Amino acid sequence: MNYLDFERPIAELEEKIREMRLLAESTGSDLTAEIDRLERRVQELRERTYRNLTRWQRVQLARHPDRPYTLDYIHLMTTGFVELHGDRCFADDPAIVGGLAKFNGRTVLVVGHQKGRDVKSRQYRRFGMPNPEGYRKALRLMKLAAKFNKPIISFLDTPGAYPGLEAEERGQAEAIARNLLEMSRLPVPIVVCVIGEGGSGGALGIGVGDRILMQENAWYSVISPESCSAILWRSWDYKEQAAEALKLTAQDLFELGIVDRIVAEPLGGAHRNPQEAARLLAEAIEEALTELLPKDPETLIRERREKYSRMGAWIETYL
Amino acid sequence: MTWYKRTESGIQTSIRRDVPAGLWIKCEGCAEIFHRTQWRERAYTCPHCGYHQQIGSEEYFELLFDEDSGEEFNGHLRPVDRLGFVDRKPYTQRLLEAQRETGLMEAVRTAVGLIHGRAAIVACMDFAFIGGSMGSVVGEKIARAIDRARQEGLPLIIISQSGGARMMESALSLMQMAKTSAKLAELAEARVPYFSVLTHPTTGGVTASYAMLGDVNIAEPGALIGFAGPRVIKQTIGSELPKGFQRAEFLLEHGFVDMVVHRTQLKATLAHLIDLFLG
Repeated sequence: MNYLDFERPIAELEEKIREMRLLAESTGSDLTAEIDRLERRVQELRERTYRNLTRWQRVQLARHPDRPYTLDYIHLMTTGFVELHGDRCFADDPAIVGGLAKFNGRTVLVVGHQKGRDVKSRQYRRFGMPNPEGYRKALRLMKLAAKFNKPIISFLDTPGAYPGLEAEERGQAEAIARNLLEMSRLPVPIVVCVIGEGGSGGALGIGVGDRILMQENAWYSVISPESCSAILWRSWDYKEQAAEALKLTAQDLFELGIVDRIVAEPLGGAHRNPQEAARLLAEAIEEALTELLPKDPETLIRERREKYSRMGAWIETYL
Repeated sequence: MTWYKRTESGIQTSIRRDVPAGLWIKCEGCAEIFHRTQWRERAYTCPHCGYHQQIGSEEYFELLFDEDSGEEFNGHLRPVDRLGFVDRKPYTQRLLEAQRETGLMEAVRTAVGLIHGRAAIVACMDFAFIGGSMGSVVGEKIARAIDRARQEGLPLIIISQSGGARMMESALSLMQMAKTSAKLAELAEARVPYFSVLTHPTTGGVTASYAMLGDVNIAEPGALIGFAGPRVIKQTIGSELPKGFQRAEFLLEHGFVDMVVHRTQLKATLAHLIDLFLG
């Protein structure tokens, strides 16, 4: 288990409990009472810590190396997944995965950013940062879903679109823009789940939908706290303040009217119990689909357009 | 060490030549000096090297609309600090300073007017206002301009110049990308033409939404156009960027703009396109 800096006290207690168990086993002495007491203490500490997370701490949880990624959720909540590859123009981008699968008995199109777990796969997946062909593959698959009238489930988890030379040559901006336009009028339900990092346009590029669900420790913002710190504070040292200022948590986005539902995670984060995290997320997706599936395409598209029409904050003054 | 200092303060130069400020212009591209009227006649481009000086909505409206035909709308939309955003300065203070310095209320103005006798909707961004960044008001004004173009069947022109989505409105800014792109889908369904004019610089969330979605994309010569900024890309690849990278001509070569048009030809080009699309 990987621990974050602010989890240190919890890690220490957990370690102590482990040691006492070993001690009890090897010496045969009865330490049950002592272990119970420590168990209660660590549980209290966990609750106190995880109920009062700062925004920056949530960003750390969203980036936790053990956090479940798109393919983990696909395997945990669907069956018969067939991955489809390539944008039919240039290449297959491993930073975005997608395909058809069964979700609670019906066929759905799943698509999402994909990060790697070890050094090699992280590089292969470009840390979940797509190139234009990734967005174009996603759009190809979503149009396939529209053609065969299958609902779409999209998983967002990227630090951002890949800021590379070739990405620019192949039209990163155009690829994202095209997806925003086309997703706004796909005639099938789209349920978007922010499961980790919602890194700006790179996340939104597969994130326009009818229902936006967001796990409680995910973040979603126009810029990462680090880059925001670098630009506005002209230093990399203000990421905590930047995270606070950006109001990037699920709770913040729910209050801003951007996220429709906050999806709970197991105490300590989704990585503590991926099965449970997947169950909670699947439950929320199912509820969203149940609401959306009876709607005819015209209603779906009209309501989706109205949803995005309302977003933002401004005042109207006639002086 | 006081021998070079003035012993008296407040000495005034007695004769002051009455030269109006900024009568002569030094080109930022080639450092040539030329007269302001010459510069204005050439749509604020250098008569020597063709450098396109960055200009704002005021100048573009004057450049595009037939005399006195332009009429601004939705000027009453004002920004608010919904997040209570504070970095080294509060966002509210940044807004007030930008408004005072530029005389503008936001980073985009929208207007309806005649271009060689044909009515069109023009939305023009102002880089001078917080880097032309797109917050809620920019998104909303663009969205309403698109709505009006659709409802009245008037061709739409958006002139972009922007560093991207505005950080100080965080996810609200981000969602303006989706909002404006969704509106453009409606415009497309109504078969109303949209001409996107990309000027220096157009990057980030603006490029990755409405600026790239024109039926025709037109770029000004030398304009920097991209998603990620050059500095970020340099960091990623760890080496220098090729010459001309992310410039208008580079985008033309790679197939992302239809044409690179000198600013002196912009009005004629747009009028011609409107005629071809609607004629």
